[in-house]
Amino acid sequence: MRGITCARWVAVAAAVVLGATGCGGGGNGGGGGGGAVLTASWGDPQNPLEPANTNEVQGGKVLDMIFRGLKKYNPKTAAAENMLAQSIDSDDSQNFTIKVKSGWTFSNGEKITAASFVDAWNYGASLKNNQKNAYFFGYIDGYDKVHPDSGAQTAETLSGLKVVDDLTFTVRLNQKFSGFPDTLGYAAFAPLPRSFFTDHAAWLKKPVGNGPYTIESYTRGAQMYLKKWDGYPGADKARNGGVTLTVYTDNNTAYTDLLAGNLDLVDDIPAAQLKNVKSDLGNRYINTPAGIIQTIAFPFYDKAWNQPGSEKVRTGLSKAINRKQITETIFLGTRTPATDWTSPVLGTAGGYKAGLCGTACDYDPAQAKKLIEEGGGIPGGQVKITYNADTGSHKEWVDAVCNSINNALDNDKACVGNPVGTFADFRNQIGQEKLTGPFRAGWQMDYPLIQDFLQPLYYTGASSNDGKWSNKEFDTLVNRANAEGDPAKANALFQQAEGVLRDNMAAIPLWYQNGSAGYSQRLSDVELNPFSVPVYNEIKVSG
Amino acid sequence: MGRYIVRRLLQMIPVFIGATLLIFLMVNVMGDPVAGLCGDRACDPATAAQLKREFGLDMPVWQQYVTYMGNLFTGDFGTAFNGEPVIDLMASAFPVTIRLTVVAILFEIVVGITLGVLTGTRRGKPVDTVVLVLTLIVISVPVFVTGLVLQLLFGVEWHWVEPSVSAEANFGELILPGLVLASVSLAYVTRLTRTSIAENRRSDYVRTAVAKGLPRRRVVTRHLLRNSLIPVVTFIGTDIGALMGGAIVTERIFNIHGVGYQLYQGIVRQNTQTVVGFVTVLVLVFLVANLIVDLLYAVLDPRIRYA
Repeated sequence: MRGITCARWVAVAAAVVLGATGCGGGGNGGGGGGGAVLTASWGDPQNPLEPANTNEVQGGKVLDMIFRGLKKYNPKTAAAENMLAQSIDSDDSQNFTIKVKSGWTFSNGEKITAASFVDAWNYGASLKNNQKNAYFFGYIDGYDKVHPDSGAQTAETLSGLKVVDDLTFTVRLNQKFSGFPDTLGYAAFAPLPRSFFTDHAAWLKKPVGNGPYTIESYTRGAQMYLKKWDGYPGADKARNGGVTLTVYTDNNTAYTDLLAGNLDLVDDIPAAQLKNVKSDLGNRYINTPAGIIQTIAFPFYDKAWNQPGSEKVRTGLSKAINRKQITETIFLGTRTPATDWTSPVLGTAGGYKAGLCGTACDYDPAQAKKLIEEGGGIPGGQVKITYNADTGSHKEWVDAVCNSINNALDNDKACVGNPVGTFADFRNQIGQEKLTGPFRAGWQMDYPLIQDFLQPLYYTGASSNDGKWSNKEFDTLVNRANAEGDPAKANALFQQAEGVLRDNMAAIPLWYQNGSAGYSQRLSDVELNPFSVPVYNEIKVSG
Repeated sequence: MGRYIVRRLLQMIPVFIGATLLIFLMVNVMGDPVAGLCGDRACDPATAAQLKREFGLDMPVWQQYVTYMGNLFTGDFGTAFNGEPVIDLMASAFPVTIRLTVVAILFEIVVGITLGVLTGTRRGKPVDTVVLVLTLIVISVPVFVTGLVLQLLFGVEWHWVEPSVSAEANFGELILPGLVLASVSLAYVTRLTRTSIAENRRSDYVRTAVAKGLPRRRVVTRHLLRNSLIPVVTFIGTDIGALMGGAIVTERIFNIHGVGYQLYQGIVRQNTQTVVGFVTVLVLVFLVANLIVDLLYAVLDPRIRYA
């Protein structure tokens, strides 16, 4: 071993290099026939790509491309329109008869029947399948048997679902819910082919659906190439040859890639780049409302925040926040000050009512100070707003909100931010009711219904009622609204329920969040849907 | 020599167990990972309980650790929360990071040592001063600044390379990220080689070699360099582990899906299995690299013998 020289050392290193090259490589997502392919930014989906198991935007993007359900939400108006549904009828808002259009198939050629839906929903609801969206099936009769809160499940399938014939099935709900048909555009209600059940592992490697795209290749954690499905029977065919989704760890890199012409579409403009985005992209930057509202929630399980007069303190805090200034200076117009508890994407027809919050959401420092004093002052003398510091630049706005409150109350120590290291830990502390002060709450709608902005968040014992707020009047109004068959009347009742939220200031509405995206010169007709996901099938690619 | 290697390998066992236990405990201290799986809402209690049972999170920590170690010896690194076996994540991440590390190490060896010899043999000359100042700058600027600036210049302004690395991560694409990753160590290697060379130039054996009438080139490469390389080899050897684990920043900037990316995602999502698995392998790499360094001493300096 004594004679080794520098030259040999290098030779050894070179051999290692060559060896390592051999390990690399993989599928190449190149272009196919029938129109040009665009490249778009993506994030690694947190869960396996099953429809009833995907609860975040990144996995949702893919499902949006490869699945079509009974209903589809209009990308512009957010209205639920029939897609695979021929008709959804009900006399009593509780028993529904659903007819499926004939002529639809999955991209593997399999016919879509009533059973494709019923089997998929039964799979999604069943506790043993660990589907994180299982609660979406909670309105269907028999859910408590297949998905009990504790203990083992006593049934395999939902008793409320019955296949009548090849293309018809019936749904029985466990309560009246007139908005139920409009929830069916959510990805969790998508139909599934037989191969999903017979060869689950293979299906997960390369999911098969019935949407305008088919998955051509999928390298987990890195890239997915979706090709236009030429045989797609729907009206919303893809107007491009395909989409290559590339995973980016850091959206700053994606933005840099867009500027360098290495990427066509970025659907999340990093906060640090908002200042330059207009000069960088000009009119190739879009900033449109999305169904997301940010609020500050309160711990109603804590006596200090839940006693007579507390509502004055909460309203006072709401009036001490200068929403306009914060959205303009920190978010540079990518957020809009909130004046109700829903979202403008619903439209007035969908129940959105601008200004419903009234003066309780207006910035008025003098009045704020007075209200808080009348209400007995801030519990413990200081508001601690808890937030997770790992994502979403929450620190900036929490500090700004506190600053605004401190200025209004002439007290430097009236409000401080309380950062929690990770999102999981943040959720943990909320779940275990450890927080003794207000905390950040964000809500992204599951389906564009006013009900989705109110019931899951403020109904007694609801799944996302993290502050444990409870109010009989509110609950009654929501129940009445759900039983109401006429959408206009139902919306009026929901708005009345919102009035209860306002009078008690159950949560402080802060602002509506916009979706933002930037694209290259090759693309045209780029839009974001109300879920802030690009409408990929409408995008045209030149060259 | 053989007995020495066996002894060293045996010593690795307690280090390995201690290191994995520490990481395991640290990840567990961060709290319940299932809470972060359901977005901005609480998971429904039944599904959360079921998930915990499936991932073994309902057992006490010591039992989780014992189970984990048991599985580890059968080659089972567990499953990540997105349903992928950790071993698959490793199979896709490690080749990429190894390629990146190889590029970085090559930069350190070729550029670093060359510059070190150049400056060491020309102390006080202009070239020495220039390189010294340059290395000082590189050492004092944080890696993410170097990375972002180079990415902007080469990728966006001049269009010499793509600003990000594709999913395949070929060697050609990794040159720039490799340079960024190596930059600080490269500066250290240069300085280390320079000092070592300068010191040994005055030693007796060099004077003897020169007096023998050997050509200058032979004196430098055979006598001077070989004896001066011991501290440099130590540094580069320990750097292998550091580069592989410490590439998080570089991998993020250039969107490389290697070990750093998986570790980052594992930590953010509190994915115990991913974090412990990857760090365990990194610990092994560190230990083996150290062993190889020690063995190389004997090659470089015939006076060192292991028994």
